[in-house]
Amino acid sequence: MFSDISFTERRNMNKRKIIEEKLFRVLSAVATYSLIATLAFIIILIFIKGFHALSWDMVFKAPKGGYYYGGEGGVLNAIVGSLYISIGATLIATLIGVPAALFINVHLARYKRTQNTIRYIIDALWGVPSIVYGAFGFSLMLFLGMNASLLAGIITVALLITPIVVRTFDEVLCTIPKGLYEASMALGSTRSEISFKIIFKQGFPGFITALLLAFGRGIGDAASVLFTAGYTDLIPIHLDEPAATLPLAIFFQLSSPIPEVRERAYAAAVILTIIILIISLAARFLSKKYTKTNLK
Amino acid sequence: MYLLKEEMIAHDKTINIMKTDIDTESVLQIKNLNVHAGDHHILKNINLRIPKNKVIVLLGPSGCGKTTLLKCMNRLTDINKELEVSGHIYIENDDILNTSTNVPLIRQKMGLLGQRPYPLPMSIYKNVAYGIRLKGVRDKKMINYSVEKHLKEVGLWDEVKDRLHHSPGILSIGQQQRLCLARGLAVKPRIILADEPTSALDPISSKIIENLFRDLKLNYTIILVTHVLRQAVRLADNVVFMSNGEIIEQGSPQKLFKHPKSAKLKEYMVNGN
Amino acid sequence: MLYRRIFIEKASTTWMVLSISIILVLPLLIGIGLYVKANPLFEYMSLGDLICSSTWLPNEKEFGFLPFILGSLHVTFIAFCLSAPVCLLSAIFLTQFSSKRFMYFMHPVIDILAGLPSVIYGVWGIIVIVPFISDYLAPLFGVKSSGYTILAGGIVLAVMCIPYILNMLIEVFNTVPAGLKEASLSLGATFWETVKHVVIKKGIPGIISAFGLGIAKAFGETMAVMMVVGNMVQTKFHLFDAGYPLPALIANNYGEMLSIPMYDSALMFSALLLFVIILLINLVFRYFIYRTKKYE
Repeated sequence: MFSDISFTERRNMNKRKIIEEKLFRVLSAVATYSLIATLAFIIILIFIKGFHALSWDMVFKAPKGGYYYGGEGGVLNAIVGSLYISIGATLIATLIGVPAALFINVHLARYKRTQNTIRYIIDALWGVPSIVYGAFGFSLMLFLGMNASLLAGIITVALLITPIVVRTFDEVLCTIPKGLYEASMALGSTRSEISFKIIFKQGFPGFITALLLAFGRGIGDAASVLFTAGYTDLIPIHLDEPAATLPLAIFFQLSSPIPEVRERAYAAAVILTIIILIISLAARFLSKKYTKTNLK
Repeated sequence: MYLLKEEMIAHDKTINIMKTDIDTESVLQIKNLNVHAGDHHILKNINLRIPKNKVIVLLGPSGCGKTTLLKCMNRLTDINKELEVSGHIYIENDDILNTSTNVPLIRQKMGLLGQRPYPLPMSIYKNVAYGIRLKGVRDKKMINYSVEKHLKEVGLWDEVKDRLHHSPGILSIGQQQRLCLARGLAVKPRIILADEPTSALDPISSKIIENLFRDLKLNYTIILVTHVLRQAVRLADNVVFMSNGEIIEQGSPQKLFKHPKSAKLKEYMVNGN
Repeated sequence: MLYRRIFIEKASTTWMVLSISIILVLPLLIGIGLYVKANPLFEYMSLGDLICSSTWLPNEKEFGFLPFILGSLHVTFIAFCLSAPVCLLSAIFLTQFSSKRFMYFMHPVIDILAGLPSVIYGVWGIIVIVPFISDYLAPLFGVKSSGYTILAGGIVLAVMCIPYILNMLIEVFNTVPAGLKEASLSLGATFWETVKHVVIKKGIPGIISAFGLGIAKAFGETMAVMMVVGNMVQTKFHLFDAGYPLPALIANNYGEMLSIPMYDSALMFSALLLFVIILLINLVFRYFIYRTKKYE
C-alpha cells in the first residue's frame, strides 16, 4: 500500500509492537499481583506475630503494673477505649453528617452549583490529615479548659470522620432518581418528610456503608487521639477520664524493652486488623448488594 | 513537492485498479457466524455475502444484533470478554476470526464510524494522521498529503484548514463525525463499517453524511447499520433485514419494501419508524 | 396536625442547616484555631525565618522548620516515585486488560489496603522493611544503616498511598468511553497503543489530580512514617539516613509541648503549615477534577 515502507521494515515494526504489548501486559499484571501479595504479606505477618500472643487474658484483662513496664494483663483497656471513642464519634458524626447529606440532596436539589461547591469543600476537608485534627482538637481542648479525656477524643475523631459520613452517604443519595423527589413533592409531603421518610429509606444501605467506613477510620486512627484522649491502664468510666486506644496501644507498647509488653502490642495489632477486615468486607458486601437491588 | 503529489495520485489510482482486480464479486463473506454471551444467543448462524462497492444496509429493530454483527467484522468483539464468537468471516480469503490473524492489519482494511463521533484526544490533524502513523509512515510530506486528501474527501478541508492543530472539540458534532470518517479513510480501508452514523446528528449533517456515502461507494464497500427505514431506502443497494439475531430477509430495497415476504418485516415497516 | 407538621419541618430544617454550617465552617475554624495558637511564634520570628532556617534548638527558642519540611518532602518524594508507576500500571491492568471477575476480586483487596490503620503499616515497616534495609539493602550499597531511614519511611508510605491513588485512577480510566477505544482499535492500533495514545491521554487531567492528591495524602501521613523514619533533625537527602518529617515532629513532642516556652506555638505552627499546604493541594487538584467532570 505505502510504497515507502518495505516489507521487512513492516515486519520488524509489527514484531516491535507485539513485544511492547506483551511487555506492558506482563508489567501491569506484575504490578497488580504484587499488590495482592503485599496485602497478604502484611496480614499474614500480623497474624503470625500476634496469634500466639492472643489469649482470653489478653482480650479480657487490663494491663497490670504500667502499660510500658508491667508484663501482666491484656489490652482490654485499649479495646474498650477504642470502642467508646469510635462509637461515640460515629454517633456524633451521624447526627451532623446525615442531615447535612440529606440537605445537600433534597433542599439544594435545584442549586447544582451550590451542591458542587459544598461537595468540593467537604472533599478537601476529607483530605486534611488526622494529625492536624489532633492538633486542632488539642487547642480546642485547651480553649474549653478540658484535659485529655474520652470526651475530647470523641469530639476530635467525630470532626475527623464527619466528612466521610457526609460524602459516602451523599454519593449514594446522588444515584436516587430525581423523579422520586418530584413525585413525593406532588403528593404534598414537606421537604423534611421527603428527606427522612423517603430519601433516607432509599439510601439506607449507603447510610450503613458510611457508618462502617467512618467507624473503621475512627477506630484505626492514632494521630488524632494522641493529644486528645491520652493513655491509661484503666478502663474509662466517665467522659472526663483519659482513655486508651488500640492504635496507641500498639504504638506505645511496641517500643517497650520488655518482650511481654511487645506481645501485647502484637495482640492489639491482630485485634485491630480483624476489626478492619470485617468492616471493609461488610461495607463492600453491602454496597454490592445495594447496587444489585438498585438495578433490578 | 509537486512531483511527489503527482506520483501519489498515480499510486492511489493503481491501488484502485488493483482492488478491482483482486475479487470481482464479494469482499466479505460470512459463514456460520454464531455469537453467544453467556446463555444468550445473540447471533444465530449468520451467512452473508457482501458485494463490492455497494451500500449494504443492515436493518432491524434495536437489540437484534446488528451492531454485534458489525463488530464481529473487525473483531471489536475481542474487547468484550463475555462474548464467544464462532464461525468464519473471510476478507480476501483471510479468515478474520482466525486466532492467528494479525488483528490490527485486518482492522485497517475497515474504517469504523460509530453512533456518536469519538474524536481522539489530539488535534484535528493528528486525528487523521493517527492511523497513518500506526502503519509506520514517518514521512512528513506523505502524512501532510494524506491528511489533506482525506479531509477534502469528506468536504472538511476548507472548514478546518486554518485550525488543523486545534482540538476537535471546536467542531460541531456533524463536522466531528466527518472528521471520524476522514480518519477512517486515511488508513485506506476496503470497507466502511457505519453503525447508525447519523443517529446523533441534525438533519442537515445527516444529509451531508448520506451524500458522502453515495460518493464513497465508488471506491469503497459500505456496510451501514440503521433503524431508519427511509435512510435505508435512500442509500441501500442491498438491504439485510435482521430480527432476533437472525437474517430474516435480504434483497434490493425496491423488492424488499414493496413486497415484504415475512410477517416480521411487514410489522417492522408499519411500526418501526 | 398541620401545625405539628410545620413545626417538624422547621425544626429539622434548622438542624440540617446547622449541621451543614458546622461542616462548612470547620476548615475556617481549624485554620483560625491553629493560627491563634501559633501566633506567639510570629511575634518572635518572621514567617520567612521560620521556614528557611535550619537551626532547631527549642530550648534556646531557635525554631527553624527547614529540616522538617525537607524531611517531609524527601519521604513524600520517595513514596511518590515508588507508588506512581505501580498505581498507573495496575489501574491499566484492572480497567483495560483483566476480566470483570478479577476486578470484583480486587475491590476488597484495595478496600482492605486502604482501610488498614496507619499503625499496622508501621508495625509491618518495623518488622519487615527496617531489618531488610539494615541487613540487606544498605550493605549491598556498602553503607552502615540502622534501617530506620528515609527510605523505610518512603516505602511504607508508598504502600499506604497505593490504594488511595489506585482507586482514583480506576475511576478515571473507567470514564474513558468505550467508543473512543473502539475508534482507536479500528484504525489498526494494538491494544497497548490504544491505551498509550488514547486512554492515558484522555485521562491525563484525572491522572495528574490523582497523583497530586496522593502526594497530599503522603505529606500528611503521621504514625506509620514516624515509626520507621528514625526522627533525626537533619537537612541532607540520603536514602540510608534518618529523617524527620513535619507530622512526626508534632506527634513526637506533644508530651513536652507545655514544658518548654513557645514550644506549643511551634508545634501548632507546624500543624498550621501542614494544614495550609495540604488543603491548598487538595483544593487545586479537586478543582481540576470538578472542571474536567463538568466538560464530560
